[in-house]
Amino acid sequence: MNYDFDLGSVVAELPYLLGGAVVSLQIAVITFFIGALFGLFGALGLVYGSTASRRVIRGYVTFFTNTPALVQIFFLYYALPDLGLLLSPITCVLIGFVLNSAAYLTEIIRAGVISVRRAELDAAQALNMSGAQIVIHVILPHVARTIYPPLSNFFIILVLGSSLAALFGVEELTGRAINVSTTNLRTIETFGAVAVIYIAITFVASLSLALLGRWAFRVRTRIF
Amino acid sequence: MPQLEIRDLHCSYGAEPVLRGVSLAIERGEIVSLIGPSGSGKSTLLRALIGLNAPSSGEVLLDGQRIDYRDRASLRSLRERLSIVFQQYNLFQNMTVLRNVMIAPVSIQKRPRGEVETSAMALLEKVGMAAKRDAYPDELSGGQQQRVAIARALALQPQILLLDEVTSALDPERVKEVLDTIRALARDGITMLIVSHEMAFVREVSNRVVMMDQGKVIEIGEPQQIFTAPRESRTRDFVGKILKH
Amino acid sequence: MLQRILTEAPEFFSTYNMLFLLEAAGRTLGMTLIGCSIGFALGLVLAAVRGSSSRPLAPFRTLSIIYVETFRRIPFLVILFIVLYAIQPVFPDASLTLIATVAICLLSTAYLSEIIRAGLESVPQQQLESAAVLNFGPLRTLFSVVLPQAWRVILPPAVAFAVMFIKDTALASHMGVVELTFAGKIFVERGFSPALGFGAILVLYFALSWPLSRLGVHLEKRLAAARNP
Repeated sequence: MNYDFDLGSVVAELPYLLGGAVVSLQIAVITFFIGALFGLFGALGLVYGSTASRRVIRGYVTFFTNTPALVQIFFLYYALPDLGLLLSPITCVLIGFVLNSAAYLTEIIRAGVISVRRAELDAAQALNMSGAQIVIHVILPHVARTIYPPLSNFFIILVLGSSLAALFGVEELTGRAINVSTTNLRTIETFGAVAVIYIAITFVASLSLALLGRWAFRVRTRIF
Repeated sequence: MPQLEIRDLHCSYGAEPVLRGVSLAIERGEIVSLIGPSGSGKSTLLRALIGLNAPSSGEVLLDGQRIDYRDRASLRSLRERLSIVFQQYNLFQNMTVLRNVMIAPVSIQKRPRGEVETSAMALLEKVGMAAKRDAYPDELSGGQQQRVAIARALALQPQILLLDEVTSALDPERVKEVLDTIRALARDGITMLIVSHEMAFVREVSNRVVMMDQGKVIEIGEPQQIFTAPRESRTRDFVGKILKH
Repeated sequence: MLQRILTEAPEFFSTYNMLFLLEAAGRTLGMTLIGCSIGFALGLVLAAVRGSSSRPLAPFRTLSIIYVETFRRIPFLVILFIVLYAIQPVFPDASLTLIATVAICLLSTAYLSEIIRAGLESVPQQQLESAAVLNFGPLRTLFSVVLPQAWRVILPPAVAFAVMFIKDTALASHMGVVELTFAGKIFVERGFSPALGFGAILVLYFALSWPLSRLGVHLEKRLAAARNP
């Protein structure tokens, strides 16, 4: 088998590809923060809400965590026009990602909220702390420290998961890889380079998140 | 000729030297106890002898033959003649008592099953655990587990038994049953090297007592002498502190 | 839209379509099963190599680490493309299902290897030492002592992985493998309402995934209780 590896054509496209990496990160960040907001409401609803709202949220979470994100987006992408909603591919993708992520984030945040130990609450009460003080000085720090590692992991998963957007024409990293390889026909080199870029950005992201965690919350997470 | 001869043994944990030149000769059938403060290297000496911590220099001779701790075949042969019982977590948690005792002779030494079962049951009788042959370790108390561990160590028919603080992790009520087991074994004439904090027991059962501190042998003598008239000041300090309790 | 679903429903739920969906679901399950089985076997090899301490195995230990860290940081879609473009020039007749399966196994091996490694490392050091002083070889130690004790720590995350994995197989549809997601696309192309077509697919994925995820929760409770009495 003779195949001349031509990395030059890929190197030439590196700025374009890296631009795609930025888009991937943007998708991950937007999805994460909106999803986390919904996730927070979902978690609070599950822990403190009425039976009816708990059922609805539980149903939503169960459904979205047991079905593939890809099919969820397909559903939106093809079914929404039927309802008269003509959204751009990126919007569809983002809505799908947010709905999907919010379900997982509800679970993660909920686990953090219910983990505040009885003992800590009792101790805070014994020290005569007011409700608001207890929330600020006991509950929030504890929850933040508990959910930080799974949230960091989830963010990395989102960075990798953003590649799904490529299947809908969005020009994030994988999408641009497809574009580049269609033109230069150097498929292995292009996708190989893109793989390396993904590895690099997830490494940097994990490292930054781990360092941030240690500095801000004194959370010790695995870097490697 | 001594059965076991240790000459100027050095051993390190990474960069930390733990044994700084230990020399000791043990005769066949002798019961030798190692005493001394924590960190003196007693456990490390036993682990080094059986090859779990490779010595960095020095020699160990078993029946006059030098042991090469870097040679796999030499280690295998060594471990058929030396057995060790640890402080805890000895028994294989996923096997019954009987299987724990039988597995090495059957699977490693390839001895016939029937013969091994008979001798395994005899060993379990000797340690008083025959009735629990089908129990799993998590159903047993610490003392019971240690007694089975001793039976298992004897299953390979070793010439020397190493006991590394085998009662230190046990509740006080359980200590006696294990010490009684060791006492019974002592009468059988097997050579034993015991690391222990149970001073009364050490004094009663040993032929000789070795005092160690900071990786060196400080003093060797008969129990009577070590406990009532120690020659070295460090021995005096240690024995004095221990006996005050 | 609801109107359309109701009118199309009878035609959608024909015997032919149901059998087709069943076959597609079978392919989804099949890929999951093969991926998890091969992934577990190879993952065990990688984890065992990584936990070994003999000198000749040192380069393999490094390779094991590199493999796992690499394939856990690349999106599955990219792995699919790389496998496709790596295999096709060499084996032009290779089926798309085979290519998807290779990609699936590359991914599952990496993830399961980490899960298994955590399980192997959870067994106390003294168990390994007890085996060593009884002259157990490394393989016998692994299979007779370590694995029987490690499986309790391995099983819950492994089941959780399988649940995640069923959803990942959806990407194989892009390779043209006729699994559930691809079936959905076919129905939409044939003119059925997307809500009906993909809706049915979502329900089927749910039916496959949810029981497994309940099993995982159940196992987690039971095994955690056994370890912390």
